[in-house]
Amino acid sequence: MKEYQTITEISGPLVYAEVDEAIGYDEIVEIETAQGETLRGQVLESSEGVVAIQVFEGTSGIDQNASVRFLGETMKMPVTEDLLGRVLDGSGRPIDDGPEIVPEERQDIVGAAINPYSREYPEEFIETGVSAIDGMNTLVRGQKLPIFSSSGQPHSELAMQIARQASVPEEEEEGDDEEGSEFAVIFGAMGITQEEANEFMEDFERTGALERSVVFMNLADDPAVERTVTPRMVLTTAEYLAFEKDYHVLVILTDMTNYCEALREIGAAREEVPGRRGYPGYMYTDLAQLYERAGRIQGREGSVTQIPILTMPGDDDTHPIPDLTGYITEGQIYVDPDLNSQGLEPPVNVLPSLSRLMDDGIGEGLTRGDHGGVSDQMYAAYAEGEDLRDLVNIVGREALSERDNKYLDFADAFETEFIDQGFETDRGLEETLDIGWDLLSMLPKEELNRVDEEFIEEYYREDDSEREVVEAAD
Amino acid sequence: MSKAESTETTGDGVIQNVSGPVVSARDLDARMNDVVYVGDEGLMGEVIEIEGNITTVQVYEETSGVAPGEPVETTGEPLSVDLGPGMLDAIYDGVQRPLDVLEGKMGSPYLDRGVDAPGIDLEKEWEFDPTVEVGDEVGRGDVVGVVEETVTIDHKVMVPPDALEEDETAAVTAIEAGSFDVTETVAELSNGTAVSMHQEWPVREPRPSANKKTPRTPLVSGQRILDGLFPIAKGGTAAIPGPFGSGKTVTQHQLAKYADADIIVYVGCGERGNEMTEVIEDFPELEDPANGNPLMARTSLIANTSNMPVAARESCIYTGITIAEFYRDMGYDVALMADSTSRWAEAMREISSRLEEMPGEEGYPAYLAARLAQFYERAGYFENVNGTEGSVSAIGAVSPPGGDFSEPVTQNTLRIVKTFWALDADLAERRHFPSINWNESYSLYKNQLDPWFQENVEEDWPEKRQWAVDVLDEETELQEIVQLVGKDALPDDQQLTLEVARYLREAYLQQNAFHPVDTYCPPEKTYLMLTTIETFNDEAFDALEAGVPVEEIIDVESVPRINRIGVQEDYEEYVEELKADITEELRSLY
Repeated sequence: MKEYQTITEISGPLVYAEVDEAIGYDEIVEIETAQGETLRGQVLESSEGVVAIQVFEGTSGIDQNASVRFLGETMKMPVTEDLLGRVLDGSGRPIDDGPEIVPEERQDIVGAAINPYSREYPEEFIETGVSAIDGMNTLVRGQKLPIFSSSGQPHSELAMQIARQASVPEEEEEGDDEEGSEFAVIFGAMGITQEEANEFMEDFERTGALERSVVFMNLADDPAVERTVTPRMVLTTAEYLAFEKDYHVLVILTDMTNYCEALREIGAAREEVPGRRGYPGYMYTDLAQLYERAGRIQGREGSVTQIPILTMPGDDDTHPIPDLTGYITEGQIYVDPDLNSQGLEPPVNVLPSLSRLMDDGIGEGLTRGDHGGVSDQMYAAYAEGEDLRDLVNIVGREALSERDNKYLDFADAFETEFIDQGFETDRGLEETLDIGWDLLSMLPKEELNRVDEEFIEEYYREDDSEREVVEAAD
Repeated sequence: MSKAESTETTGDGVIQNVSGPVVSARDLDARMNDVVYVGDEGLMGEVIEIEGNITTVQVYEETSGVAPGEPVETTGEPLSVDLGPGMLDAIYDGVQRPLDVLEGKMGSPYLDRGVDAPGIDLEKEWEFDPTVEVGDEVGRGDVVGVVEETVTIDHKVMVPPDALEEDETAAVTAIEAGSFDVTETVAELSNGTAVSMHQEWPVREPRPSANKKTPRTPLVSGQRILDGLFPIAKGGTAAIPGPFGSGKTVTQHQLAKYADADIIVYVGCGERGNEMTEVIEDFPELEDPANGNPLMARTSLIANTSNMPVAARESCIYTGITIAEFYRDMGYDVALMADSTSRWAEAMREISSRLEEMPGEEGYPAYLAARLAQFYERAGYFENVNGTEGSVSAIGAVSPPGGDFSEPVTQNTLRIVKTFWALDADLAERRHFPSINWNESYSLYKNQLDPWFQENVEEDWPEKRQWAVDVLDEETELQEIVQLVGKDALPDDQQLTLEVARYLREAYLQQNAFHPVDTYCPPEKTYLMLTTIETFNDEAFDALEAGVPVEEIIDVESVPRINRIGVQEDYEEYVEELKADITEELRSLY
């Protein structure tokens, strides 16, 4: 392996070096500074004679006397089942003082695209125990369902609740099923604060979830460029555990906004033509290469389910990051600042939220026959109630018809009884749907035009008093 | 892809620079748009720029590890597709490599690099049945025989359009029935042409046609809001723009399932992998509403998902439309769905910016409008070179950033297409599906399609449609007032109009794509549903005039049954009964 002391230019996270051999695109590079520190980087552009290198740890400390070594291979992630229970840094090196990791395999972190022909369509319901998700925006195995939030919202609590609860009934249910696959959580932190990271870690430790988790930590003060590799490390590990070791893997990536900022930083340093708001034009493709690594594969037991979290700058979902994400992922869950200030836990606004894979994952034989109808009807009724709230502000409740008042009551009850369950409550699907019927029974039967008649017969509570009882029991 | 027969190469080059999907090579003797093989692994690419002795290539595969100094070889031919029997019931990537074959060849569920496969099976034998005899004169594009490609579609074997000059004919000197693979000669012509089932065609060049005509038959989709209010013609063009989550893909899928075209070409361009899997899993099980055969028997799929190489995303639209044109030449009505054209435009933008071209609006290349126009212009109702008539309808989804229709891709598309189905996030939020906004959408084919609907459904189809549009327009105006003063402050007749409009919205415009019956609504049912609502409207206003209070009219018990017409299989009987009940009940009030 040749060493070069030929650095010609250093600019932001980029280093240009002259070479006299052919260097592959994407190859890994080690740079040793005059102080003896070793930094790692990746080839971003390779020409005859000169290469552009992106340095993960940042370029401070590098001077023209630093030596550059090309390792002749693209970036790899050492993977093994032993990673479970371990805490790694953003580049996949252990930071938990545990034993050395002996990899079973070293896999390319870029990851080839899954052949769409080899995929299996996700339709296995995951019970998260959160009504707003199970009832209204059902998550299925192999889905990618981001949480759209903004600064200061309890998106981490929601993510932790999902990670905690999604795993528990799973093991109980499959206790008698020999082929039942195990559950694992892979947590990828990109540029979050130490404090947020601690919250996650404490929760993992408190619930004993750490044993079946792999944690990758790139914190706010770690190099920004490293953030571009962290999710790839995470997903490579996830794919290995899912498709070779039969785990059902839940991947939580937080915060995608920091990842995109890092992409922008590199783009700017390379003087690329910027796209919208300065983000690189290839951001869609780049994000897709991460998100599309969720899924199921025919003939393999495991699955990769992704819950990326992103904080929308200015709570604006037309910002390029949530916008491009929404076009790639299979739905989104909105955390709403207004609902949060009303004290709802979790403050999920179901109206703009969506799970695209819901329709195939619910219904007779999967969840319950009335699930689709109940969800649609509650959506329509809550949307109508929301509209009426604006009107009430102007004309007052008395000016509204009896029908309108029922919808207003419905919207209020929907928030306090259905959505606001608390971050610690684990609701079963039956319970979620029953609460749904309690609420729908506040409306006249004829208004329920989205539910099949047979289900109205079966579940509609004719008598309002029954509802009171349920409420009283709460 | 296409290099089925010859892969010999000329003039090798050497890689000089690698930057993502863009590679430049020195001393490569290639023409613009030639297909080249890049690097030691032989990754497929296409020449997109030549400057001095430097040739720039976009590579259709991941370029990790490719280094300067590795060789580049040209095939000397432009990117082409293999045309012949076997394209239906197939699934391709953006450069027509069959994904099922790739899975077998690569032995892995991941897409490896440097593996190629012909677009159609070169070894499979087909039963050829001649339709001409020795001595018959044939011209270019003429059909010499048929093979049964799938249970639904007879594949017509044609004289290649470049085998003869326009108006030139040649005599058939040999032709025989029997079992042949696609490369074997099935007919010989007096000018020496050997006709086989296999043709190649460069994707960026439209296949020739004799004439383009005004389309006058609708592409019936079984979707009420489309057939009823905003129809598209066979050979027409349509755009479906909408923010994420508004139902572009479901609408495209519904069209692919139920549109009454002979052939469907579905191009998944830069979209989700799971969505394509859904199509692959669902279509073989779904029945073609026209004949009960599996839907895949008339469908060709092109899946270049968002994580597959960006250059192949740029080409997948062309691959799709070339396949569509080939079936059009056989005299079929083909519908092409492209989901989504924005991803295609972004692929252009990405390549363009790697070439450091001067950007136009929002970083898109200046030739964006021209490329979009060229694509949609390949759709139309054609008189083919062989005298038959066929059509290509192009329906493109558009994914405007932030749902803002003023962005370049939407605007440039709207300048070309004649049908506009605007998807609306507000409607989607209240689960009004399909969430097509009836105020913003339009169809410029309405008038030229009316005669067909009058002849095939009902004489007063255009009047009924206009009535519905008027009521919905009036509702929009009234809603603005309601927002200020509340519904009860309106006069009785306007309250009633709101009620009628509500049924139009909830029963007529909404349609449940996941309900086994409601998912497909024949035009007759669309018409009957509208007349039922009109019956209610007429009877209700009569009652109002006779002095019945509006609350009583609204509370009539039978009326909400309008909402259930959609899910009725025997709708004729149901509608008749319902109309009678509504009339009777309302008349009993006065």
